[in-house]
Amino acid sequence: MAARVVGPLRAALLGVEAQWTWYRRNWRATAITNFLQPVLFLLAMGLGFGSQVRPGEATGGAPYAVFLAPALLVLTAVQNAMFESTYAVFSAFKWQKTYLGVVATPITPAQILYGRLLWIALRLLSGAVVFLGVATALGAVTSAGAVWGVPAAVLAGMAFSAPVVAFTATREKPEAFNGLYRFVLVPMMLFAGAFFPLDQLPAWLHPLAWLTPVWHGVELARGAAFGTLGPAAALGHVAYLAALVAVGVLLGRKYFQRRLAV
Amino acid sequence: MTTPLVEARGLTKSFGSFEAVRGIDVEVHPGEAFGFLGANGAGKSSTMRMVSCTSPRTGGELRVLGMDPDRDGPRIRARIGVVPQLDNLDTELTVRQNLEVYGRYFGLSRAHVRAKAVELLEFAQLAERADDEVEPLSGGMKRRLTIARSLVNDPDLLLLDEPTTGLDPQARHLLWDRLFRLKQSGVTLIITTHYMDEAEQLCDRLVVMDGGRIVAEGSPGELIRRYSTREVLELRFPPGEQDPEPVRDLAERVEVLPDRLLLYTADGDAALAAAHARGVRPVSSLVRRSTLEDVFLRLTGRTLVD
Repeated sequence: MAARVVGPLRAALLGVEAQWTWYRRNWRATAITNFLQPVLFLLAMGLGFGSQVRPGEATGGAPYAVFLAPALLVLTAVQNAMFESTYAVFSAFKWQKTYLGVVATPITPAQILYGRLLWIALRLLSGAVVFLGVATALGAVTSAGAVWGVPAAVLAGMAFSAPVVAFTATREKPEAFNGLYRFVLVPMMLFAGAFFPLDQLPAWLHPLAWLTPVWHGVELARGAAFGTLGPAAALGHVAYLAALVAVGVLLGRKYFQRRLAV
Repeated sequence: MTTPLVEARGLTKSFGSFEAVRGIDVEVHPGEAFGFLGANGAGKSSTMRMVSCTSPRTGGELRVLGMDPDRDGPRIRARIGVVPQLDNLDTELTVRQNLEVYGRYFGLSRAHVRAKAVELLEFAQLAERADDEVEPLSGGMKRRLTIARSLVNDPDLLLLDEPTTGLDPQARHLLWDRLFRLKQSGVTLIITTHYMDEAEQLCDRLVVMDGGRIVAEGSPGELIRRYSTREVLELRFPPGEQDPEPVRDLAERVEVLPDRLLLYTADGDAALAAAHARGVRPVSSLVRRSTLEDVFLRLTGRTLVD
């Protein structure tokens, strides 16, 4: 059998295959954190803290855990995206340098990016499905519409992941990831309408929240679960998130090329 | 004459204002073992990266396997093997998985890479460690795995960037043996090294690079004949007492080092006898054959360039 050049889709799938080979050996450590963290959040915030919250207009009339579950689905995806898009990618550039090995094959830097993003999307998808199952078992899911939270979470997660992967490709040191975590991820999780409606915040903060993928993802997931999402609004949120993915992919292609073909 | 596998004309590479490669002409023919010899920073690795189609050239002509790297990079890379200066194995995978995963990037089927991995593990003497993680392997084992990995696509052309730097003598000799076998089986090799013994062992033809330029080209024997003498007489003295004047005319060239004189001559024994007859009394003396190291130091000087 002679070596040959594979197409872009096949190349991306080979990237996923390589990651899967790694994952099969190392899934235990990541699976536990991926599974445990959102479940602990759901227990502590949804059921524990939530027991003190009276269902009302702000919670869509539902118990707090039910109000929170679709948002936690999105937050889980965005948080998983954070790790998968920073240290995991940085290592392949800098610590293990595995990407330097891959570019010596027929695979191009852009195809390495596609493979990585596809892998991240699959990780977010599997995390979201597991979380939805657990939330259902804990009684935090009461409508079939909540299933739409899974694609919403993956899309919101990728809208964060793609630009962050591009950013990671420009880093020579990992220090910036701490700043990204403290000043972008955490505020975004706390103040973009996940734990309480955005109306509770001063109006001047709203536009900042609107910029985040979390707000759009939560609007989609919660709106679908509660049946309050209109088609126009849904389309708007999806379009915004898709645009963030597209910008991330375009920047990522440029930075992967610059980093790997010097 | 056969079509060259690699053909460079006026090839240059710049990083910002720094010119790493300043216009080199190179031809490598099928079946050859070709060497780039040079000190650190001479431009060897930059050249290799351009030939391996992972680094775009800044200027000049370059054809690899008859194709243009700028246009046909992936097609060329499908047919070459690359051993980079620094290992970039996936240290969290097993030895075998490194070979299989890498092979898949060349569009090879699972069954094919599985069988190929078994063959390469044998070749690299790693069969016993096949299912161990790469991380704890010794430097020599990792290097052998990197070389095995570069062969997973049965390349027509193998590029090795300082393949044995940092290895102990046993590991180096084992690697040389494997490379020699590859050469016997018809694989064209391009090797960069700053070890002269490695170049003499492996290369049919080589170029000496200095400051991004080629300063000499030929077979090891030709280079020695052209730039050195058949033999070298080394006369050792207590530091500071070495005086070249009494022996100046006994050799084609006399080099003065802190503790010795080097006399480049066709007949070392005759020169030694003549020196003794003139009352020169070194602490010790040694007659040896000229090596590529003598050529290299003559061409590039003894000053450390960093």
